[in-house]
Amino acid sequence: MSPSEPAKKLTRKDFTSDQDIRWCPGCGDYAILATIQRTLPTVGADPAKTVFLSGIGCSSRFPYYMNTYGFHSIHGRAPAFATGLKLTNPELDIWVITGDGDGLSIGGNHLMHVLRRNVDLQIILFNNRIYGLTKGQYSPTSLVGLRSPSTPLGSVDMPVTPALLALGAGARFVARSVDTLAKHLGPTFVEARGYRGTSFIEVLQNCPVFHDGAWNHVKDRAHAGQTMLMLEHGKPMLFGDKDGPQQGLRLKPNTLELEVVTLGEGGITEADVLVHDETNRPMAFLLAGLEPPNFPIALGVLLREQAAAYDASVVAQVESAKQSGLTDMDALLRTGHTWTVE
Amino acid sequence: MDTFSKSETREALDSVVIRFAGDSGDGMQLTGSQFTHTTALMGNDLATFPDFPAEIRAPTGTTYGVSGFQIHFASYDIMTPGDEPDVLVAMNPAALTTNIGDLKKGGLLIVARDAFTKSNLKKAGYEQNPLEDHSLSAYRVIDLDIQAMTLAAVEPFGLGTKDALRSKNMWTLGLVLWLFGREYTATVDWLRQKFAKKPEIAESNIAALKAGHAYGETAELPSGIGPYEVPKAKLEPGEYRNITGNDALAWGLTAASKLSGLKLVLGSYPITPASSVLHALARLKSFGVTTFQAEDEIAAVCAAVGASWGGALGVTTTSGPGVALKAEAIGLAIMLELPLVVVDIQRGGPSTGLPTKTEQSDLLQAVYGRNGDSPLCVLAAATPGDCFYMAIEAARIATKFMTPVMLLTDGYLANGAEPWKIPSMAELPKFPVEFPTERPEGFHPYLRDPDTLARPWAIPGTPGLEHRIGGLEKDFNSGNISYDPANHHKMTKTRAAKIAGIAADVPEQQVEVGEASGDLLVVGWGSTYGAITQAVRRAREQGKPVSQVHIRHLFPFARGLDTLLRGFKKVIVPEMNNGMLSKLLRAEFLIDAVGVNKISGQPFKVREIEAAIDSELENL
Repeated sequence: MSPSEPAKKLTRKDFTSDQDIRWCPGCGDYAILATIQRTLPTVGADPAKTVFLSGIGCSSRFPYYMNTYGFHSIHGRAPAFATGLKLTNPELDIWVITGDGDGLSIGGNHLMHVLRRNVDLQIILFNNRIYGLTKGQYSPTSLVGLRSPSTPLGSVDMPVTPALLALGAGARFVARSVDTLAKHLGPTFVEARGYRGTSFIEVLQNCPVFHDGAWNHVKDRAHAGQTMLMLEHGKPMLFGDKDGPQQGLRLKPNTLELEVVTLGEGGITEADVLVHDETNRPMAFLLAGLEPPNFPIALGVLLREQAAAYDASVVAQVESAKQSGLTDMDALLRTGHTWTVE
Repeated sequence: MDTFSKSETREALDSVVIRFAGDSGDGMQLTGSQFTHTTALMGNDLATFPDFPAEIRAPTGTTYGVSGFQIHFASYDIMTPGDEPDVLVAMNPAALTTNIGDLKKGGLLIVARDAFTKSNLKKAGYEQNPLEDHSLSAYRVIDLDIQAMTLAAVEPFGLGTKDALRSKNMWTLGLVLWLFGREYTATVDWLRQKFAKKPEIAESNIAALKAGHAYGETAELPSGIGPYEVPKAKLEPGEYRNITGNDALAWGLTAASKLSGLKLVLGSYPITPASSVLHALARLKSFGVTTFQAEDEIAAVCAAVGASWGGALGVTTTSGPGVALKAEAIGLAIMLELPLVVVDIQRGGPSTGLPTKTEQSDLLQAVYGRNGDSPLCVLAAATPGDCFYMAIEAARIATKFMTPVMLLTDGYLANGAEPWKIPSMAELPKFPVEFPTERPEGFHPYLRDPDTLARPWAIPGTPGLEHRIGGLEKDFNSGNISYDPANHHKMTKTRAAKIAGIAADVPEQQVEVGEASGDLLVVGWGSTYGAITQAVRRAREQGKPVSQVHIRHLFPFARGLDTLLRGFKKVIVPEMNNGMLSKLLRAEFLIDAVGVNKISGQPFKVREIEAAIDSELENL
């Protein structure tokens, strides 16, 4: 991303600011912060050229804790600030930090447009299915029936699936990971950073105060093998508990649906299981919608499609115009008809 | 023109006001701008006022589909598009009924007689044909079968009737050009250029234009009518062009980018009457201008703020409803202390209001319309050409004081044109910006310049200056987040003092016309400049004790305004709103500023302000 890397070998400490962290004890945000701080030095990131830009919410405090450039903006608008910044200095490596309320509710419009434009930046959406900073109201990703201060009888809103929304908006890099799975989260960030265009990463994150255990049905170690599908490009989509049977995904015959098959049952072999192709957009839609209990949740890179980055196209137009167009301001003021008064 | 009188040769007139009115599909804006162009080439001073409906193509023949273009041209220095027209061109009954009330008694009325059909008369609400019932006897009427004569003129080109009739505005333009002693060559050149790829369209329009001109020359006009001439005006020597406020604004912003050495990044969202600034800047990419048409008004200003943080001259252009949406982000820019230019091209409000009509009713929104104690520097342009200079002034203040600046113009300035003496870039003061590159001792993002109180503009990408900024209150001494009560008090006072300090950086308030003290002072701001100046000049010619002050720096006010206001027995404030500057002056200076308010979506007429002056002087 940044063309000139600093000479000195940096460590996590170089990316850690001197500010006291003010998240609640046990918040999933700590794990995500630590993973970013550990990951950036490994890819040669330069703190001077790295920017963390956020909206409003618990997750949006993130920039204060990074010893990089940081911008804590207003609710939902981070993608718009980031777009203006990237158009001004395309060399910057910009990370937008948002949450399910900030990014999908008040900022839904900006999220949709930054994704379709394909501005070269990373968006990490911390999805804890709740409003934390305003004390526990239901969010756009809360499930129907959730009781919260603003839904005392249970929410009746249908939730949105962030990865599906991103794909629908035209996102070309869509990934998903889990706050506490550092060994999966770190490499996912590396892939996102390497992509030239908008990378959208949904991180399943736990809010221990207002929605503790919202992702337990996915993260529960006893069954994690069955509830998480770790996607790898070119590899069959297999999952299953260590001591249980191996399972896989295949297309249900004569439909456009996926189904779970068990290896060894009814003559099913690994050859029957679909191979993950991260350039396959229809497959990404199918994978994005999977969730327990009937399916595992798909983690990793769901889609990676190459396309022109918006900032590069904008800069190219300006540069090309500079070559062929008028550049003298005095001449501009005299274009069209002028006359002289003696 | 003052009077029409019979003459064998061309009669010289000092000044003429013509209004072209027709259906919004009749090409009246084009007719007006071509007449304007030729008039400028003739060396007259001029001012124009396009007045068109909000609908793109209202149903033909209806009163709400009427589009008008008024031009005032003279042999002397003029400042407004004129009060009542001397000449009205009405292309159909709807245009007649909506405009005839403004035509001077004894004025010249040119009508397309064959457009006065039963159906058109009915749509305009006429029960009988006004051309036949003597209801127009107060005017001198030239009623011609303009449609038939246009069809005859373009007949050789074999166009269908509908296409052929499109040239009727050119026929009319030809006649009016002849009436005032103007050549048609500039319009011919323009038509050939505009329709370079459709030469048959160009040539049929030219044929109509020439036919109209020839008609004037050969036909016997009713007695007592024309032809006329309006001698050249004595303008300050120099190179001139016509300019609209929105073009001047786009060029001023581009010039500011050159003078500061900053890249210009515009975030904007289409809105009437501001969109043409976005269009103009989008065509200036060769000057390094980046334009971003955002998904909404909020994203537009946010992108501009992001650009400013990155070291660009961040600009957003909009109208009143857009400013309302941008308020939170402007507050953030105040908190972040980043430069930003917000241009509000005001229109009639509230809500969607009168999108294509002019008003000055965003002043209080500009000065006060945000949450919290959030002082904002507010400027206003006085004329179309002044938009160029005020755009530069807004950028200068924004970068020097690290603050958002709001520049107010309005629909009247945006679309109105005036001859403009073209400046040379070399004579405009530069205001180069240097970004810090070294980390000074004790660096933090809110470390202030002791004189301006501006914080350093450290931009991302600079090694060693990594910092975090945001909308939360910051500690005065470290720039870290702070909820300390005494610190918030101090920071609020500091932000206020920084903006108040801008007054020391701008010229003292001057008297525009008249003495610095006396009986009556007329205080204005923005686009009322022309009408007020003309009214005050006329009153003074009649020996009336009246002076004029025109305010360009609205927040903070320039030094010396206080003394000027207190030097007069009475202060009146003409505004196109329900009393906003008058409220600010009362609040700031505890003086009895009296409002003269017009909220019709139309600019002030000179005589309306003269009447207000007379009435105040009588009661003094």
